[in-house]
Amino acid sequence: MDRRHFLTLGCSAAAFPLLTPVAFAAAPWDQRLVVIILRGAMDGLDVVRPVGDPALTRLRPGLLQVPSLPLDDFWGLHPGLADLMPLWRAGQMGFVHAVSTPYRDRRSHFDGQDILEAGTPDLPPASARDGWLNRLAAAVPGVTADTAWAIGREEMLVLRGPAPVSRWSPEARLRLSPATERLLELVQHDDPLFRDATVAALETVADLAADGQARTGGGHVQLADFAASRLRDDARIASFSLGGWDTHARQGPALTGALGRLAQVILVLQAGLGPVWGQTAVLCLTEFGRTARENGSDGTDHGTGGAAILCGGAVRGGRVVADWPGLGDGQLYADRDLWPTRDVRAHAAWIMRAMTGLDPTVLSSLVFPGLDMGADPGLTL
Amino acid sequence: MPFDPLIAATRFGAGLSPRIAPPRDSAAMIDLLTGPDRAAQDWPIPGMADAAPDVATFFEVNRQRRLERGTPRGVELDAAFRAMTDAARAAQRDHLARMLARWVTTQDGLRERLVAFWADHFTVRSRLGQTVHLVAPYLQDAVRPYVAGRFADLLRAAITHPMMVVYLDQNRSAGPGSAQAGHGRGLNENLAREVLELHTLGVGGPYSQTDVRELAELLTGLTFTPERGMLFRPGMAEPGAETVLGRTFSADDGLDNIGAALDHLAAHPATAAHLARKLAVHFVADDPDPGLVAALEQAYLATGGDLAAVTAVLLDHPASWALARAKVLPPFDYLAAACRALDLPGDALLALDAVAMNRLILRPLTAMGQPWQTPSGPDGWPESPADWITPNFMAARIDWALRAPSDLLPALPDPRIFAATALGRVPEAVEFAASAAEDRAAGVALVLSSPAFQRR
Repeated sequence: MDRRHFLTLGCSAAAFPLLTPVAFAAAPWDQRLVVIILRGAMDGLDVVRPVGDPALTRLRPGLLQVPSLPLDDFWGLHPGLADLMPLWRAGQMGFVHAVSTPYRDRRSHFDGQDILEAGTPDLPPASARDGWLNRLAAAVPGVTADTAWAIGREEMLVLRGPAPVSRWSPEARLRLSPATERLLELVQHDDPLFRDATVAALETVADLAADGQARTGGGHVQLADFAASRLRDDARIASFSLGGWDTHARQGPALTGALGRLAQVILVLQAGLGPVWGQTAVLCLTEFGRTARENGSDGTDHGTGGAAILCGGAVRGGRVVADWPGLGDGQLYADRDLWPTRDVRAHAAWIMRAMTGLDPTVLSSLVFPGLDMGADPGLTL
Repeated sequence: MPFDPLIAATRFGAGLSPRIAPPRDSAAMIDLLTGPDRAAQDWPIPGMADAAPDVATFFEVNRQRRLERGTPRGVELDAAFRAMTDAARAAQRDHLARMLARWVTTQDGLRERLVAFWADHFTVRSRLGQTVHLVAPYLQDAVRPYVAGRFADLLRAAITHPMMVVYLDQNRSAGPGSAQAGHGRGLNENLAREVLELHTLGVGGPYSQTDVRELAELLTGLTFTPERGMLFRPGMAEPGAETVLGRTFSADDGLDNIGAALDHLAAHPATAAHLARKLAVHFVADDPDPGLVAALEQAYLATGGDLAAVTAVLLDHPASWALARAKVLPPFDYLAAACRALDLPGDALLALDAVAMNRLILRPLTAMGQPWQTPSGPDGWPESPADWITPNFMAARIDWALRAPSDLLPALPDPRIFAATALGRVPEAVEFAASAAEDRAAGVALVLSSPAFQRR
């Protein structure tokens, strides 16, 4: 349906050459924003390692046996992201470090993820919870249900709310023979609610088939593939989650696996978006970081400060943005965690500012209520 | 409209079955509801006190293994903890299979529907891996025994149950003037607010922020620890009397006063109005007949919140039997009603292993928008048909209807016979589709994908 919509508009544009294509853009802006929620608390200190901090080897002797890829003279990258090094060198991947949401001290995945996605300073009452990406969509005029997509089987709180949002799980098969499809249309024909839902679902599946969607690869590849297919058309926002980050034990192989899947997702997005990659920012966020010290089972436990990963052609990457607090004695939060020196919502807000042109006061009141955005960290081109 | 057995079995029941006749009349339905709980006897689920793994041991093993991390003892404890985690997930699956088996085999579908309604009204969610298997036991303890009793008793049982106390943070709440105050603890209004907003008076009800705070102070002391279970801790309780909705409750006798305050809220006219409307919306229509709502409200007030009497009025009101089927089966009800229509034996559900349970039940529930026992908030699941029948969720229903029945059953029924079993009155289009389908699997899927099956 997106495709047809697009084609119809394209024909009209040809018929009225005085109108620029911008006038026909279905979304109110042109940049693409992908938010990936890394569920389980990614260990920012192991992904982007402050190898220049003298305390690191003392805190994490075991974890550092997995060798780092040098990023600059202070930072090293976990080799699980090796496939993304070309993006780093091209300035299309960067990191923010020593960041967190306002969530403190209780270190529960459940509440930490809710605060991350709600984008609020505290856990709001559960009956009144919506997400910051939805509030972003609500703040921009002209947003339709095709503008923002929540992808995957699980609900994305970050996109929940009053603004219209589409949701799709690429697991849906809908493999109906043509005869069965006709009979299905017949049995649902007189009930618009059912009929329209099925028609839209069948169109989405047909659209993907026409795009030659890869139906192979892990679930994460399908998420990225589907996100790219929407973003090539009318979608401007897509969000999905990736799990596997809760590395209490045997972190070496566990994190390598999770990062490998993330790298694949980024590369699938890049390939799938084609020229649109240049207008895309991918923001990977997690609910909190992990303990600065490794634990007794070759892993780390729930912490506070951590890192966020940024990719995309619209990103000013090739650097790690951090107001580094240090890992030495007295520098850790609660004597155990990386001290968060900036609210990660500020980085997200500045990216959204650059992508949508929204006024900062809207971002710091409606999208992230009560946020002090601070100075622009210059994360986008 | 008069009583109709097919509507009774669907709008107020667990669906149609080839071996269980639909209800004869509403009196028979109320008789079953007020009689013994046969489904729970046939498919027992333990209460929290008897649930395994035992919560105290589970928490203790978790605490010890963190202390002993890196030692040989820690390795043993890690293994014990993993085994308990697996056992808890297995227990959660087993409870789900039993809840489905109750739906599939019961004569008394109204009871299952009321349990689901009140379970949603008093939503809890496990916040920890150590308690995932305790949601069904909570329902067994605090909801199921009361669905045909007094609302005040249901309210008290649900609000003071450990799962609710933990879910809505009551165990963290200490009175600002209590002995515990200041040790990193303070007043937490979460449970008090939800009691007023969701469980009793309703959002927009006649209460103020002062009532929320006073009730929160009254609730302090109500807590739970894994070792000692439910308890009242005077050291956390706010000293002095509290005034909630115009009535003052002394703080002296702990739990008794909490109970008295909950009784006061249960008897409030706003509670009657809120529950009356919610019942009518859930069972009949999103915009229910005002006469029906008024009749339910009056029955509630006249009987002091006797839920059997209120339910009887729901069944006796003409508006309850409107031919238009305005509601849609939510995902659990959809799967359960499908299994019932397919005549799946309860034992077959209990025999599903973890892989089959995930593939055939748990993942489909998530894909249809109702991840098992994890609603997004204490306000529970959505009510509106439009929330359930979206392109994404509809696709998941069709996918399930196409694949799951042949995986669950040794042989699929003839689709024409199945249409009559599942729908009672078969619309012409479904009749045609069932006979024209290219194979049994497609025919069964078409019946299950029809609005006629999914509306009630």
